[in-house]
Amino acid sequence: MKPFIYLDNNATTPLDPRVLEAMLPYFREKFGNAASRNHRKGWEAEKAVDLAREQVAAMLNAGAKEIIWTSGATESNNIAIKGVAEMYKDKGRHIITQATEHKAVIDPCQYLEQHGFRITVLTPDRKGRINLDELASAIAEDTILVSIMFANNEIGTIQPISEIGGLCKGKGVLFHTDATQAFGKVPIDVEAMGIDLLSCSGHKIYGPKGVGALCVRRKKPRVRCAPVLHGGGHERGMRSGTLNVPGIVGLGWASEIARREMADDAVRIARLRDRLWQGLSERNEEIFRNGCADNVLANTLNVSFAYVEGESLMMGFENIAVSSGSACTSASLEPSYVLRALGVGDELAHSSIRFSLGRFNTAEEIEQTIGQVSATVQRLREMSPLFELAREGLGLKQTQAFSR
Amino acid sequence: MAYSDKVLDHFNHPRNIGVLDKNDPNVGTGVVGAPECGDVMKLQIKVDADNRIVDAKFKTFGCGSAIASSSLATEWIKGKTVDQALEIRNTDIVRELALPPVKIHCSVLAEDAIRAAIQDIKEKQTASAEAATGSLSES
Repeated sequence: MKPFIYLDNNATTPLDPRVLEAMLPYFREKFGNAASRNHRKGWEAEKAVDLAREQVAAMLNAGAKEIIWTSGATESNNIAIKGVAEMYKDKGRHIITQATEHKAVIDPCQYLEQHGFRITVLTPDRKGRINLDELASAIAEDTILVSIMFANNEIGTIQPISEIGGLCKGKGVLFHTDATQAFGKVPIDVEAMGIDLLSCSGHKIYGPKGVGALCVRRKKPRVRCAPVLHGGGHERGMRSGTLNVPGIVGLGWASEIARREMADDAVRIARLRDRLWQGLSERNEEIFRNGCADNVLANTLNVSFAYVEGESLMMGFENIAVSSGSACTSASLEPSYVLRALGVGDELAHSSIRFSLGRFNTAEEIEQTIGQVSATVQRLREMSPLFELAREGLGLKQTQAFSR
Repeated sequence: MAYSDKVLDHFNHPRNIGVLDKNDPNVGTGVVGAPECGDVMKLQIKVDADNRIVDAKFKTFGCGSAIASSSLATEWIKGKTVDQALEIRNTDIVRELALPPVKIHCSVLAEDAIRAAIQDIKEKQTASAEAATGSLSES
């Protein structure tokens, strides 16, 4: 049995053992409710939650009081978008977002569109970056919110966040960014970047699932969000519900570890990612890198392997975990809407594989991956009628290049 | 969603991959699907004088279930007459490979590929029969 290689870290990451250690006491003896103000179990839990708030805030150069705990980035995005819409609807009913956002941003926007809001969806360029002039001209009198992700989950493209933040500040419009993929991977400074609301999640940074945060700025301006869940008024009234103390402790320590190790991790992981791309390009003709090669997360590589379909590729190297933009991997019959928004044709979108590396990957695993993926591509191309057609249209020299 | 053992077996050991000479008068070729939809199947059959399928080959661009469906199709039609082959239904393929609902279109495509290949051989036979009568009447 070949060892299992996990290259799907943008989907979720394994829990860092150090994070698990920090969490365990809060499942056992430190079981208190952080809202219990009158006994030591409550104080213990509250102290842990306060430390975690500091730890997450430190990653963002935010204040601890600006961190709202949620169940994950989907909830954070919902509170940010629907909460701001509800709170500021008398000021305006226009929201701007862009086409390659996660569904947790697109769907709340579509929901608001059905409830009397106007939504502008910007189209990114071929690399996945939005055009700042288009954003500037899309901002209208009644615009209340711009929601643009920090980095994309499928292609890793990083948006020009500081520029977007500056633009929004200049126009007096709130700026929300879904930083699920960027948090813990690149430096984030909500103050310097002009971010008013930021969503993040625990399980993308070697923390637990089921916990996330929304950073809601308290100054320049003081942002207010109507709650999505109504209840006991926890989290400054923005998110009611007893706090998930072990999860919050986990997110806090995952942030703390990321803050200390992020710079070294990024260098090491980028080297592995570049080696993966180099190795795949040397061994396979007609493969294409989707997205951006410069403004991109260190861990993400999205590649289309012409003439072979993504799901069959993944089946061919079943001990390697990756994702595909192929329709066959989803319930719908459409290939990745992110790649389509970039102008990647449907045929190449069906042929795409996302490799997302992480803290625990090794150079040996990357070499294994290059070998196994290339062997599978070759095998499937031999049985691909599209490859046969393409080869018939090519000269002898190129045909030999393929069969080496 | 895990794949059935039979899908995995056909995917890992596909039967009858290859190409027959499409200009051979006894070879019928069917190509169905579209690259934009993520599935293209090419299925070829070779028939003898009794219209019995003596050889079948395929090439498929598509997911594992599409590859398995076409592999199974070639296996099943070999040795059958074209009329017997036309009796194969996509539901037979679904049952044999235990395909889940989202993969039923793969079996439909395989049935279509069989029909397209048979259609092609029938057209070739009609054309050559017409050519034969044409040359007779001229002489």
